[in-house]
Amino acid sequence: MKSSNRGGADALEVVRELRAAPSHRAPSTLLPAILRRVGLADLYWKLDSPVGPVYVAASRAGISMVTRAKSAEEFERRFESLRGRPVSPSASRPPAAVRSLMRNLKSRDREKLQFDLRGLSEFERAVLLKALEIPCGEVRPYSWIAREIGHPEAVRAVGTALGKNPVPLLIPCHRVVRADGSIGKYSMGGSRIKRALLEVEDVEPGIIERLGASGIRYLGNEKKRYYCYPTCGGTRSLVLANKVPFHDEKEALAAGYHPCKSCRPAA
Amino acid sequence: MPHEDALESALARDLDGSFERLVREYEDRLYSFALRLSGNRADAEEIAQDAFVRAYRAMKTYPPERVRSLSLKAWLYRITLNVARNRMRGRRHEHVSLDERDADGRARYDPEDDAASRPDSILEEGRRRASIASLVAGLPPRYRSALILRYMEGLRLEEVARVLEQPLGTVKSNVHRAVNALREALLASRRVHSRSEVIS
Repeated sequence: MKSSNRGGADALEVVRELRAAPSHRAPSTLLPAILRRVGLADLYWKLDSPVGPVYVAASRAGISMVTRAKSAEEFERRFESLRGRPVSPSASRPPAAVRSLMRNLKSRDREKLQFDLRGLSEFERAVLLKALEIPCGEVRPYSWIAREIGHPEAVRAVGTALGKNPVPLLIPCHRVVRADGSIGKYSMGGSRIKRALLEVEDVEPGIIERLGASGIRYLGNEKKRYYCYPTCGGTRSLVLANKVPFHDEKEALAAGYHPCKSCRPAA
Repeated sequence: MPHEDALESALARDLDGSFERLVREYEDRLYSFALRLSGNRADAEEIAQDAFVRAYRAMKTYPPERVRSLSLKAWLYRITLNVARNRMRGRRHEHVSLDERDADGRARYDPEDDAASRPDSILEEGRRRASIASLVAGLPPRYRSALILRYMEGLRLEEVARVLEQPLGTVKSNVHRAVNALREALLASRRVHSRSEVIS
């Protein structure tokens, strides 16, 4: 390339100058704005709940997090570090179903909720969606979830997955208890809170614990000859005299009872 | 680049799950590019935003094999260029002139933007570079895009051709002419500069 050098500007110098021109960093507002526009960003609200104030986040796909935090900043930091994407306060009202559930855990609006469980493993998602099937007022053992999702041996892993539930209260992991009737752990404030939540839902934890402590796992409906988990609607309404206690599946089957189709106490 | 291949297949597999990674990987490049095309930060941010949103919506409609075989870098630059062109077309000026003012009376292209945060010792250097950028902004659009992509964004000539959807020969000659035009502009601005120094 021929170049004139009058005034000191030749083609090479021009190219050098161009290459040396400073590049710019995108402003930090760019990523959140884009994610928001394509529906992949999360917004959050602070709401009162049965366990006190909680932060609830949602993307267009569904509810992505429910957690307690000392401040909005702490919540935002935690969300970003767990999810790797930004979250910002919402200017509008939370979805009606979330509002009604936070006021009243027994609300039927749970069925209307959708969840954004991106980032969880397939197993963790299966555990949580199964917990979602447990009706209000009932509890199931960890082993029930393990069996229902096709991993009967993975009882401990079910406990771990429930402990990591990103959307407690809304996916009711508090309805999963130990096979011996003891209440078990709870990520949103320990077993005391879990027990209180169950009481709110009209489960009597004391009765489950007493039955469990005496080795009773199932109750049979004497008239209809099926057996259930103790909190199942199939036996709960019966008067005590018509409930037949069983220590295990074998005992129930030997007595001529078959498993309840609603609570599915056996495979 | 093997890294890019991985991102393309990740997008093909799970667009919603990998889109954020795409934005993080390309936001600085596309924003820089948009800033060089538009000459001001507010426009650049909107252009980059629109470009990523368009890319997302397009990929949403593509079958996975099409997403996997995208030349991601060139494709994203092309979208950004189209968004910028469309915006500029809607305006009176095809490009930002050096003394154009925005609503607040600030110059649309502000060389101080680049230099403001620098210590005094290199402020002059910053000014000089900014003046190159403003001269680039004054070039005819067909030269300007080719020049920015080739030298400021550091794309290979083949990639520039893909972004501009032009034959390689056309790109080569436009880049060549753009360098010459810029050299002329630089000479002219130095002449003006030294004359004003003599006068003062």
